[in-house]
Amino acid sequence: MWNVIRAELTKLRRPSLALSTLLAVTFVTGLITSVLFLLVDSPSGNGERGVRIGRDVLSLASGASLSFSNSAGLLGIVALCIFAAQTAQEYTYGTLRNLLVRQPSRMKILIGKLAAMKLFAIVMVAVSGLVGIALSYLFAGIKDVSTTLWSTPEARSAVIRGFINVLIATIGYGIFGMILGLLFRSPISAISIGVIWNLIIEGLLSAFVTNIDRYFPGQLLSTVAVGGTDKISYQYALITSYSFLLGGLAVVAFLFKKRDVAN
Amino acid sequence: MSSPLALDVADLSKKYGDRMAVSHANFEVPMGSICGFVGPNGSGKTTTIKMLLGLISPTTGSGHVLGESITQPEKYLPYVGAMIEGPAFYPALTGFQNLTVLAKLGGFSTDLIQGLLDLVGLGDRGDSKYKTYSLGMKQRLGIAAALLPNPKLLVLDEPTNGLDPAGIHEVRSLLRKLADAGTTVFVSSHLLSEIEMISDHLVMLRLGKVIFSGKTSDLLAKQQPVIVAVPEKVSDLDKLMQIAAAAGHKAIISDSAVHVTGTSDFSATLNRAAFDAGIVLASLTPVRASLEDTFFEMTGE
Repeated sequence: MWNVIRAELTKLRRPSLALSTLLAVTFVTGLITSVLFLLVDSPSGNGERGVRIGRDVLSLASGASLSFSNSAGLLGIVALCIFAAQTAQEYTYGTLRNLLVRQPSRMKILIGKLAAMKLFAIVMVAVSGLVGIALSYLFAGIKDVSTTLWSTPEARSAVIRGFINVLIATIGYGIFGMILGLLFRSPISAISIGVIWNLIIEGLLSAFVTNIDRYFPGQLLSTVAVGGTDKISYQYALITSYSFLLGGLAVVAFLFKKRDVAN
Repeated sequence: MSSPLALDVADLSKKYGDRMAVSHANFEVPMGSICGFVGPNGSGKTTTIKMLLGLISPTTGSGHVLGESITQPEKYLPYVGAMIEGPAFYPALTGFQNLTVLAKLGGFSTDLIQGLLDLVGLGDRGDSKYKTYSLGMKQRLGIAAALLPNPKLLVLDEPTNGLDPAGIHEVRSLLRKLADAGTTVFVSSHLLSEIEMISDHLVMLRLGKVIFSGKTSDLLAKQQPVIVAVPEKVSDLDKLMQIAAAAGHKAIISDSAVHVTGTSDFSATLNRAAFDAGIVLASLTPVRASLEDTFFEMTGE
């Protein structure tokens, strides 16, 4: 298993992938943080779907990690793309046959790949957290948001909780990408279907059909990232989303184990 | 006592829908030999190789690789090096990094990599990205990857594809050297002259069926040798053919020459008879049947 993880990390830490991902993560977190703080007085809102988040909320102990938590959806899309591409490319490049000759246990390949990508996701979320908190301090100064409560033990707990929740959500999106990668065996198909589903289909249906977001993995993972909402509890979101994902993963793992490697 | 077997395949079949990709294949490959695996496109070579490497499940039949059943590839794959359907690597990684991925995966030391790159002639291009490699370089990297486990059995699918003549010669020498050191080499190729030069065993497939399995020399011995006689004057071709036929040998005219079935012993007799008939021969060459001739005759291609 450790051999698979080491091999996967060799691929994941290549500069073109690692640096571009971290740049994307920095950009996404920076964008969300700047919108959250710099548009605090905007009548159009500064949160998701035009929600207004005022200075009173930003000044709370959780204020420093709020932008980071709100970035989870986009971080998740980045993770979905990476997990999907890293899985499906083995088929398109034909490298899967090399991997299976060197490690015939297909389950070890799959679990090792997932473990390596989880490590990658931890780095992504950590960078996002650092960027989000640093920019929050910067923009709080510009927009007169009080940061007094941001250095309290309660704030530190909020940051740790935020980190764990965003990580769980990001990995969840990644698993979704991996499922699509194994199913479609093509990075382009897997990524486009994953992104369209999460950003467009789930979003549109949730806006028009009452309570349907309780059954969508993407919406539920976003709920996990922010620690639950008034409509959907954290526990429900976590259990339901991961039930979907682990069920899907079990199905594609079975197919991966049984399918002939034709290309 | 028979020598131990590197490959032992019994009644192995693979069916896709109604099509039999491989049909009841039976063959054996002795340890330490170089075995050519030949057949026309679509004859089931790659499917057979994939079944032997655990990438495809057989529909029926059994097989053993290095004495272990193909149902348990984890028992023998650590001792097998393979390049299947040409080289396949990550374009954005360098040659060295690509081998590093496979070395780490297989639990082999990465210290071996530079030596392998040197061995296949990529020593100074290991730091270049795979996507910048020529077809020949990709092929060499594939061979280096196959050699990573210091294999007891090396399975190579078309290893000389894209190589220039010097590269082909190098690969041939390398395979011979590996076989001399005890590695069994199972190599498929459409370059039958190459296979003939290096292989001491042969498995021939046609339409998914094994039509020959055994020593290359045994196969070639079955083919009757031919004497190619070229008369100085083209107008003497018919007369020369009749002389050969009158001596009880099968003869045909092809490419301004008479091809006479017979061993080289008959050359002198034919030359004398032609001279007596007033025919001057520009050349008289005994030709041993090549693997290519045999292959075409057996496969009917």
